[in-house]
Amino acid sequence: MSNSKAILQSCFHCGNDVPDNSIRLEDKAFCCSGCKMVFEILNEHDLCTYYDLNQKPGLIQNRTKRKDKYAFLDDLEIQRKLIHFSNQHQSHVTFYIPQIHCSSCLWLLENIHKVNDGIVSSRVNFTKKEVFIVFDNSKTSLKNVVESLDNIGYEPYLSLNEISSKSPSKTDKTRWYKIGVAGFCFGNIMMMSLADYVVSADVIDPKIDLFFKILSVLLSLPVLFYSATEFFVSAWYGLKNKYLNIDFPVALALAITFIRSIYEITNGAGNGYLDSMAGIVFFMLIGRWLQSRTYQTISFDRDYKSFFPIALNVVKDGIITPTEISKVKEKDIIQVHSNEIIPVDAILSKGNASIDYSFVSGESLPINVNIGEMIYAGGKQLDGLLELMVVKEVSQSYLTNLWNNPIFNKEETIKENTYDTIGKYFTYGVLALGFLSGLFWLLKGETTLMWNAFTTVLIVACPCALLLSNNYTYGNILRVLGLNKFYLRSPQVIEKLSNINHIVLDKTGTITQTHGSNVRYAGIVLEKNLKTMVASLLKQSSHPASKVVTEFLNETHLFEVSDFKETEGQGIEGWINERHVKIGSPKFVGAEYFKDIPGTKVVIFIDGIVLGEFIITNKYRYGVTKLIDSLKKLYSISLISGDNDTELKNIEHLLGKDSDVYFNQSPQQKLDYIKNLQDHHNLKVMMIGDGLNDAGALKQSDVGIAVADTGNNFTPSSDGVIDGTRLSKLDTFIQLAKAGKKIILLTFSISVIYNLVGLYYAMQGILSPVIAAILMPCSSITIILLTYGLTEWVSHKLNLNENSK
Amino acid sequence: MSVIIILLIVSICIAGGFLVAFLWSVKDGQFDDIESPANRILFNNNKTNKK
Repeated sequence: MSNSKAILQSCFHCGNDVPDNSIRLEDKAFCCSGCKMVFEILNEHDLCTYYDLNQKPGLIQNRTKRKDKYAFLDDLEIQRKLIHFSNQHQSHVTFYIPQIHCSSCLWLLENIHKVNDGIVSSRVNFTKKEVFIVFDNSKTSLKNVVESLDNIGYEPYLSLNEISSKSPSKTDKTRWYKIGVAGFCFGNIMMMSLADYVVSADVIDPKIDLFFKILSVLLSLPVLFYSATEFFVSAWYGLKNKYLNIDFPVALALAITFIRSIYEITNGAGNGYLDSMAGIVFFMLIGRWLQSRTYQTISFDRDYKSFFPIALNVVKDGIITPTEISKVKEKDIIQVHSNEIIPVDAILSKGNASIDYSFVSGESLPINVNIGEMIYAGGKQLDGLLELMVVKEVSQSYLTNLWNNPIFNKEETIKENTYDTIGKYFTYGVLALGFLSGLFWLLKGETTLMWNAFTTVLIVACPCALLLSNNYTYGNILRVLGLNKFYLRSPQVIEKLSNINHIVLDKTGTITQTHGSNVRYAGIVLEKNLKTMVASLLKQSSHPASKVVTEFLNETHLFEVSDFKETEGQGIEGWINERHVKIGSPKFVGAEYFKDIPGTKVVIFIDGIVLGEFIITNKYRYGVTKLIDSLKKLYSISLISGDNDTELKNIEHLLGKDSDVYFNQSPQQKLDYIKNLQDHHNLKVMMIGDGLNDAGALKQSDVGIAVADTGNNFTPSSDGVIDGTRLSKLDTFIQLAKAGKKIILLTFSISVIYNLVGLYYAMQGILSPVIAAILMPCSSITIILLTYGLTEWVSHKLNLNENSK
Repeated sequence: MSVIIILLIVSICIAGGFLVAFLWSVKDGQFDDIESPANRILFNNNKTNKK
């Protein structure tokens, strides 16, 4: 009874299931010794508030810690790159810690000085998942600080590539300043202008009227010359490149509004449109801010350097020196420990190598490498210490060569999107209308009316509405997608997403899960005795397939095996209880139980009879079948994988027989395949991938989406990052993107109606400031409310609002 | 009627004060991290409760 109760228990530290009851401390159970150790450290330093704040706040610590893991942090040059301020007494350093996820983390990291008394203070930035630490040079070292963090379960992410000045970008803040100033001026100008709208001008005391006007002009200056500068800069930049962008008519309208208002005020002809001008600048700036909100914790520009360790242990004459990876030379001997990524192409000289290439090539099962064979950069050693001889340095390796492809150096070209195109025609149309109506009145000999008509047309027809609907719609869609854990690099991606017509998928890690496979048994039912025999033999082999099946069988009491023989990569045989057991691939055994079932097979052959086989297949992500079914109806889909073709039949079943499916593809071939689709078939391609081997394809495609699993913050450079658990909703996300385009067109048409009414009066030269002042905010507010309401309504219909929390 | 002018000056000054406060808070980094302070305030309560 007590045993079944224990199974239900979850780890006191991380909340994972506790497999057996062996790791305990008082009344608390732990899933692994790592979790227990963290608890002990916290308990010792009186930091158990950590567990009071949240239930089971920790993350699983199931990893072996190695002494000297951070020895490289004693290297002065590496230190200099990491520490951003240092004097005799103190050093300042900022770490990115992806594990930060709840208030307990925050509390613990800000109380870390209790664990390491050399730490003077620490401050967490939760949004960025960063911790800023000040430490005392005389009491501790950088290495020591990092070890303290690692010991309590918060291993900092160290990479030379991502270390930059951690101060937030300045443009970010100027936008706030601009919005603040514009809002302040807008409100006050509006207040003073109201008097004119409510009562007729002759009722107001001329002195007060003059005072109001002077103040309005003064207040409009910072709006035009500070807040609105980006419109003028962008318009000028466009003109210099002989290209009319959407900011040109905006800048023109703003300038003309201002000049005409000043003219009217000084001439006593009217009150001008300064309030409308300030208002539109205010609304447009907010729209731009909404659109440009980015995800601070997600980096969309990672290359291979972010995945590699900072330093390697180089062995020379028996002495181990940690060396920065850029300084590792050919023919150096390096040491690699469990769970470390090998950043160079190297030859194995010592140790049992079991290399997981899933992230680099897409192969789902680890590969055993023999001494003298090559190990390629990007592979991860699973268990045990290795010694390797470097054949190619980091920058020259097979993997990093991909980044020499010109696609990675190409500047993002400014492609015209729909709204720029509409904007362009809009500009021409407005200019033509303005000149025509001006010309009309000129021919009639009415010069005053000519100026009136010309300027008001340009003012009223300002494409602010288009800008507003675009910014507010895409801004809100970005927000909704973000809540659903689909993060896009920029709002332009939404539009690209709605235009794609072909989808290319990667297999490993994208539609299947990187780790874990499905094991199935087909054949004669194995009785207990036989099962134990199979497990006993399999236990002898380190082949990945054997390991997977051993785990599946989960036998604890094993028999003794004699005359064990392993044929590398093929199978194993041996004698158990005087029976000959042979287990291996169908080729090795020379037989197969079911010929038609796809997957990696492990055939059981005892005393010359085939009993059955274990079939190992990839685990597909939840909801992938449904997703592909619904995407199939709208797009052509192909699959391109670096893995072998054992899953071919399953994939064909999934995608349909006519789809292109390629296996054993190199990163370069993936890139070329996408390029071919774009160039020769004129397709707009969306690539969905996860690993470094997809990096080229993701970059080449029109929309590259990287799939990230929780706890894995490392995604290659892409246009968007989607959480693995939400991949099944991708079709709805695309629908939302498409709806966004329609919403923009709809709201824009509505604003055009407003504009037409305004134009009707403007062209006759009789548009009074009152009408202009009412029309402009009305159209802006209608657009803002409509875009917000419509995007919310669509996302509600697509069930995207419910999952937000 | 001149009272309106005084009122207006006063109101703009007050609004200006808020503008300055806003710009100051942005400069000071109040909007850089909007999540941690919300959590941090809870710990202080916890501590005082225990004491």
